[in-house]
Amino acid sequence: MDEILNSGNIPYVSEASVSVEIETEDMTLNIGPQHPSTHGVLRLVAKVDGEKISSVEPVLGYMHRGYEKLAEVRTYPQITTLVNRIDWVSGFANEIPFIAATEKLMEIEAPERAKHIRLILTEMARIASHFVFNGAYALEIGALTPIFLAMEDRERILDLIESVTGGRFHPNFNRIGGIKPAAGSGPTTKKNVQDLPSGFYQETRDAMEKVLEAVERMEDLVGGNEVFKMRTKGVGIISKELAEEYGVSGPILRASGVKFDLRTQTDFLPYDKFEYEIPTGENGDCYDRWYVRLVEMRESAKIILQAIDSMPSGPLQTKVPKVIKVPKGQSYVRTENPKGEMGYYIISEGGLGPYRLKIRTPSFSNISILPVLLEGQLLPDLIAIMGSLDFVLGDVDR
Amino acid sequence: MKNFRPKLPGFLTGMKILLFNMFKTLSPFSPNPNVNYPFEKEIVAPRARGVIALDQEACTSCMLCARQCPDWCIYIEGHKELQPPTKPGGRQRSRAVLDRFDIDYALCMYCGICVEVCPFDALFWTPEYEYSEYNMGDMLHDKTRLDQWLKTVPEVEGLES
Amino acid sequence: MIDGSEILVKAGIVLAFALNGAVIFTILDVKGASWMQRRPGPLHVGLRGFIFPLAEIIKFFQKEDITPKNVDTAVFKWAPAYVLASVFGLFVVVPISPTLVGSDLDLGVFYLLAISSLSTLGVLTAGWSSANKYSLMGGIRAAGQLIAYELPLILSVVGVVIQAETMSLVGIVEKQIEWGLPFAISGQGIAFIIFMIAATAEMMRVPFDMPIGESELVSGFLTEYSGVRFLIFYIAEYMNMFIMCAIASTLFLGGYHFPLLPVEWVNFYGPVVLITKTFLLGFILVLVRWSFPRFREDQLQNLAWKILIPLSLLNILITSIMKVVF
Repeated sequence: MDEILNSGNIPYVSEASVSVEIETEDMTLNIGPQHPSTHGVLRLVAKVDGEKISSVEPVLGYMHRGYEKLAEVRTYPQITTLVNRIDWVSGFANEIPFIAATEKLMEIEAPERAKHIRLILTEMARIASHFVFNGAYALEIGALTPIFLAMEDRERILDLIESVTGGRFHPNFNRIGGIKPAAGSGPTTKKNVQDLPSGFYQETRDAMEKVLEAVERMEDLVGGNEVFKMRTKGVGIISKELAEEYGVSGPILRASGVKFDLRTQTDFLPYDKFEYEIPTGENGDCYDRWYVRLVEMRESAKIILQAIDSMPSGPLQTKVPKVIKVPKGQSYVRTENPKGEMGYYIISEGGLGPYRLKIRTPSFSNISILPVLLEGQLLPDLIAIMGSLDFVLGDVDR
Repeated sequence: MKNFRPKLPGFLTGMKILLFNMFKTLSPFSPNPNVNYPFEKEIVAPRARGVIALDQEACTSCMLCARQCPDWCIYIEGHKELQPPTKPGGRQRSRAVLDRFDIDYALCMYCGICVEVCPFDALFWTPEYEYSEYNMGDMLHDKTRLDQWLKTVPEVEGLES
Repeated sequence: MIDGSEILVKAGIVLAFALNGAVIFTILDVKGASWMQRRPGPLHVGLRGFIFPLAEIIKFFQKEDITPKNVDTAVFKWAPAYVLASVFGLFVVVPISPTLVGSDLDLGVFYLLAISSLSTLGVLTAGWSSANKYSLMGGIRAAGQLIAYELPLILSVVGVVIQAETMSLVGIVEKQIEWGLPFAISGQGIAFIIFMIAATAEMMRVPFDMPIGESELVSGFLTEYSGVRFLIFYIAEYMNMFIMCAIASTLFLGGYHFPLLPVEWVNFYGPVVLITKTFLLGFILVLVRWSFPRFREDQLQNLAWKILIPLSLLNILITSIMKVVF
C-alpha cells in the first residue's frame, strides 16, 4: 500500500471511469437459405445487437449449377438453350450477349429484321423483369396487393413472347446469324417460316397501352403511399463513389446519379434509331432505385411502340453452314440485362463448342456491396435494401 | 425527377384504386382475367412448345436428334431390313426400321433442337400440356404414345404481313 | 338473485355470437382481399366459396400437435389461452339493444379497457417460450408495440366518457340518442380516428404487423404454433377485430340506434343496425390492410408517442372545456 502511494503513479480521480452500460453479446441470426425475402437461397450470417446489425457475411453457392463447366462439353446451339436459364425472370436478355460474342468471332452480322425483332423481345423481357421486381418489392415492404396486380399484367407480356417464340420464360429463339428462320430442316417444315404471327402488331399495341396504365397504377398505389415513402426514403444510400468502387451496374448505378447505360453503346441492336430517356436518381436510396425501374418500364414500352411502326422486311438469318465451327480467338461482349451489365467471354479453339466460357453476371457484383452497406442498419431496413438491389440467385451462383 | 401531384393524400388514392378493383371484379361486365383451370382451359398459342410428336414413317434412325439433344433424353434403336428389289434382277435395298424411339419427358428441356435438326420432317411440336403422371417412369413416352400426339399438331397459321 | 340457468344461457349466446362474428369477419377479410386483387378467392368449398372458414376450422383440428423440444412447455401451451380469454371477456358488455346485453355494468368502459390489455401477456409469453430467435424478436417487438398503443386507446375513450357523463355502454348510446347526433360528428371526430388507429395496432394488423412481419420473421411469435393452438390465435384475432369495430360503433357511431325508426321495435332492428355499422368499419379496416405497407418499429413508436398521445390529450382538453362552458 505504501509503495503504491509513494510511487507517484496514483491514478487521478478524473481518469477513473465506470461503465454504466450492460455488457451484452451480439446474437448471431442466420437469415438462412430458406427465407421468404431473399430471392432464392441466399444465406446471410448476421450478428445482431437488438435490432441493429453489426456485421453481415453472405454465404453463396447454394444454387451453383456449373454453367461454365457445362459449356465446355456442348456445342453452340446447345449452349444457347442452356443460357437463358441463368436469370430466369428475363429469359431473352441472357441469350443476346452470348450470340453476339459468337457472331463477333465469326465476323458475321445479323440482317436488319432480325435485329429489330431481337430488340423488341429484349425490351419485353425487361418489362417482364421489372414487373416482378415491383410486385415482389412491395410484398417485402408489407403491401400485399401489388404483386397480384403485377403478375396479371406480366401475363400479357409472356403471352406475347409465347406467340412468337413458343416459350414463355425460355424462348430459345436466337440463332447464330439471326433468329430462328424456320420450324425445321425437313422438306415441308422448311417452308414454315417462324416470323411474327398474324395479329402480333395489334396485340402488342394493346398490351403496351395496358403496360402504360399499369405503370400509372403502380405509381399511385405503391409510390404515393406515405408509409412506403417513409420506409424507403433515406434508407440504404449508395453514393456515387461506393457504387463505382464495387462495380455495381444497371438501375442501381443510375439511381446513384451516374448516367451510364450500355444500350447507347451496343452496335448489334439498333437502339440508336429510337428515342428514349435514361432515368437517373439523385440520392441513391431505395426509393430512387424503385423509381428508376418504374420509369424504365415506361421507356421500354415506348421503344416497342416505335419499333413496331418501323419494322424493316427481309431475311431472318444470314447464311451459316450447317455444322458451325467458330474460328480461333477470344471475344467479350456485354449488354444491359434488366438487372445490370451482363457479359460473356468466349475462348474458342476452333471446335464445335467453346474451350472456355466465362459469364459475368450483374447480381454477383451487385450483392458484393451488402457487407459494406448493411452495417449499422436496422433489421427491417435490411429487407428493404436487399429487395431494392433486385438480384436473383440463378444470376449470383450460376 | 418527376414530382407526384396527388389529388388526395397518397394513401387515399391507393385505397380508391383497390375499391374500384373490387367493383370491377364483382361486376359481370368486365372480363375475368382468371381461368378456372379444371373446368375451363386456357387457349394457348399454336407455336407453344408443349409436347413432341413423332411421325414413324418418315424417321430413318439417322440419330441426329439423339446426338444434338443437350440432355441426351432421346433413345433410339433400329435395325436394317432388306426390301425386295423394285425391278426384277435389281439390287436389294435396305431400309431402316425403328425398334424403339423413346423421349424421356422427365429430362426434356423443351428446347426444340431435335425438331429443328431433323432432316426428314419426323418430329413436330404440339401445344398439348396435360400429360403429367403419378409415376416418374410413365414420363418416358414410347413410339405409340408419340404417334398419338400427331393428331394434335396445329395447322400452320398465317404470318404478319 | 341470478340463477345458474340464466347465466348458462347468456354465456352460450355470447359464445355463439363471438364465433359467428369471427367467421363472418374471416369471410370479409379473405373474400374482400381476393376481390381487390382481381381474383375470385376460394370457390370450390361451398356455395361459391362462402363456407370456407368451416373447412379451415376442421382442417386445423385434424393437424398434428407439434411441440418443439427445447420449449418451456407450460408457458408454450397456455399462451393461446390468455389471448382467447381476454377477447372473450369483451363480448359480455356490448349492447345490441337497450335490454339485450350480457350484463350492463356501470363501469362498462373501464372493464373493456382493462380486459383488452391482458392479451399483451399472452403474446409476449408466446414469443419468449418458443425456442426460436425469430419468435423472440417478434415477441419483443409485440410487447413494445402493444404497450405503446394502450395509451391512445384509453385516452381517446376518456373524451367520450366526459361528453356522455357515464361509463356504462347503454348509457352512452342513450346520450347519443338524446343529442340526436353520434359522437363521431358532435365533437369526437379526432378521437374516433385515434381509436381506430390504436385498435388496429392492438390487433397487430397491417400496417402495424411488425410482430408478425410476414416477409421477415416468418410469422414472428406465431412461428412454432401449429394445429389447434394456431387456430386459437387466428380466431382470437378475428374476434378481436369484430369486437373492436362493435365497440367503436357503439361509442362513436350510435350503436343500435338508427334515426326515424320506431322505438318499440328496437329489440328487432337493434342487432341488425349494430352489425351493419360493424361491417362498415370492418370493411374500412380490410381496405386499409390490403393497401398499406407495414411500418418500421421505430416509426411505429414515433407515431404513438409523438403524434397520437398529444392529439388525444388535446382532445380531452377541448372536450372538458366545451363541457364546462356549455
